[in-house]
Amino acid sequence: MRTVVIMPEYESWRAAARLLLAQGVVPDDILWTDDAQDASLFVGEETAATVPAASAIKVPPAFMDIARSAAAHSDARRWALLYRLLWRLTLGGERHLLSMSTDRDVRQIQDWCKAVGRDIHKMHAFVRFRLVSVDAATGREQFVAWFEPDHRIVRLAVPFFEKRFAGMDWSILTPYECAHWDGKRLHFTAGVPRSNAPDADALDDLWRTYYRNIFNPARVKINAMQSEMPKKYWKNLPEASLIAGLIAESAGRVQDMLKTEERPAKEAPKNAYLKSLHDMNQTDVTKPNHDSEET
Amino acid sequence: MDINRKLEILADAAKYDASCASSGAACKDSRGSKGVGSTGGAGICHSYTPDGRCVSLLKVLMTNACLYDCHYCINRRSSNVIRARFTPDEVVKLTLDFYKRNYIEGLFLSSGIIRSADHTMELVIEVARKLREEHQFRGYIHLKTIPEASQSLIALAGSYADRMSINVELPSQQSLDTLAPEKNLARTEEAMGHIRGKIDERYAEKRKPDAPKPPPFATGQSTQMLVGADASTDAVILGCADKLYTAHHLRRVYYSAFSPIPEPSSILPLKAPPLIREHRLYQADWLLRFYDFKVEEIASTATPNLDLALDPKLSWALRNRETFPLDVNKAPREMLLRIPGLGVRNADRILSARRYARLRLADLIRLRLQMKKLMLFIITADHHPAKWGLDSDSLRARFLPPPEQLEINFDAPPTPAPSDFLSVRSGEL
Repeated sequence: MRTVVIMPEYESWRAAARLLLAQGVVPDDILWTDDAQDASLFVGEETAATVPAASAIKVPPAFMDIARSAAAHSDARRWALLYRLLWRLTLGGERHLLSMSTDRDVRQIQDWCKAVGRDIHKMHAFVRFRLVSVDAATGREQFVAWFEPDHRIVRLAVPFFEKRFAGMDWSILTPYECAHWDGKRLHFTAGVPRSNAPDADALDDLWRTYYRNIFNPARVKINAMQSEMPKKYWKNLPEASLIAGLIAESAGRVQDMLKTEERPAKEAPKNAYLKSLHDMNQTDVTKPNHDSEET
Repeated sequence: MDINRKLEILADAAKYDASCASSGAACKDSRGSKGVGSTGGAGICHSYTPDGRCVSLLKVLMTNACLYDCHYCINRRSSNVIRARFTPDEVVKLTLDFYKRNYIEGLFLSSGIIRSADHTMELVIEVARKLREEHQFRGYIHLKTIPEASQSLIALAGSYADRMSINVELPSQQSLDTLAPEKNLARTEEAMGHIRGKIDERYAEKRKPDAPKPPPFATGQSTQMLVGADASTDAVILGCADKLYTAHHLRRVYYSAFSPIPEPSSILPLKAPPLIREHRLYQADWLLRFYDFKVEEIASTATPNLDLALDPKLSWALRNRETFPLDVNKAPREMLLRIPGLGVRNADRILSARRYARLRLADLIRLRLQMKKLMLFIITADHHPAKWGLDSDSLRARFLPPPEQLEINFDAPPTPAPSDFLSVRSGEL
């Protein structure tokens, strides 16, 4: 048994895995641990086995994508599972393994990838930028957001923000890593506490006005809302403070609606366009269709 | 009237339009520009309201004043709601301000019809033009289109928009004549055909090798049908949807259960349909688009309405028991898709896994399939459902929810199981 200590990052795992695989080390002989403090790769107890050349080992490209994504998951067992999959795909001779969603290991890694994918998606959805200043020299608006991801996804998630918000300066702060964009370059710094991020934005009230009025009280479906927007996100969403009130008053609002008097139809106003429309409706209902060959 | 008050009125006026898609646009982003915006991904829901609907786009009307008198609509001319009107600059600023805070994916702009179709269309287009040309906005824009507007204006709208839509609202001209006297199905379809022609034209241009990139045009169109405002059966509604999908290649047909509005029209007796009907229509729509079902298989002249208690695929399976059980190790893809409880993704997983192993029940459990439902319809290497299970009349009863869940009204809204929501999102039945 050997202990492998790596930085909790995909590149660090890959470098170690490549070496171990080249030495033919079987998965059960390795104890993986991460250590964010110690950058040095430590592989205990060197064993020189009959080693296939590293270049001779072919890994399906799909596995590299899976590995990159699963590496961001918070479960400590991911490194061992990734190595076991890598070993089975190569030295284990199960080249078709990734086609087997029914396999226990494959299923587990797919679950982790899905959780990471969802976390990235929710970060894209629920980050809320707050305007903090306008650069006097460049005129660029500067925004700061706070987000608490479940997994180590900041680097996987920020290319989206770079493409979408190129025209403004922004920082996204999280407890473990922060990303910053200044119009030219993306860079990363260490995580910060929540108190470093602004609490509100002048536009939040207007946004809440929109949220309140786009809600339809006649069709309350609380489970549907919560399955997509679980409560853990609410504390960082400016609109979430309205939810309880909107639900509480919805039944009364519908009752009031049902109580209102029916209104008779009003006569058409004098309007040339409306008249032409009514004339058209009287005469030709089936105008020949010039633009579509479809019947 | 201040902007907050206008937003209250014009968002409230827009909420009966169910469309919220922000997917399927051409890939574009803000890199190298002074603006913001990107499209081309899967579309993002930035929030959810307690009605379970997502908030993806800023959905507002330019104005809720309207010449038309569509009796199901809160904005009809006979309604006495407070009227308001945005200026193009107000909508532009709201869109950009909301977008920069990552509240939204873009703008869904519609309008009550004022003065004329062309005049109204011009107002809507002016907002899109300013966003695209003056602010380099690359986010999502969905523009509601008026079928009677001139073709040149519809084409211009399409050059700024990612998505266009014209709502048919009701599936027959007869219903429209009673409830929406200004609306005409033939003209709506003509305009849809025109838009489809433009969309196809651009795709054809794009495919030409070595040709310069064609000017932008919307990549898709959608529509909405109201459910329960007239007497149309589900067969008629699905038939209309199927025709529109085939003839005009719509990306989506949205179904919107008619919802009580304040001060309803006297012409429209107010009786809201159960929300579950809308849900079943979406499930049936998915069967048409992704499961290769035909309308007649789901809703026929003999049974023109969907079973509210069971999902339409299970319903079909119970009517066609002789098709089952199917062997998951042998059945072709199109038959796997007919198995209740098996969605597109898991059918494909089964196809891929069975090339290497004979599948057993434990394999399917690892795919987290709904085994209780599934087991009655399938054969695996280690399972064959008892023949009596499929023939028994009690089979339907086995799937019915407890009776109290069938009572659906607005005082006690239905509470579908979380799996229902999953299935409406993923389309897996």
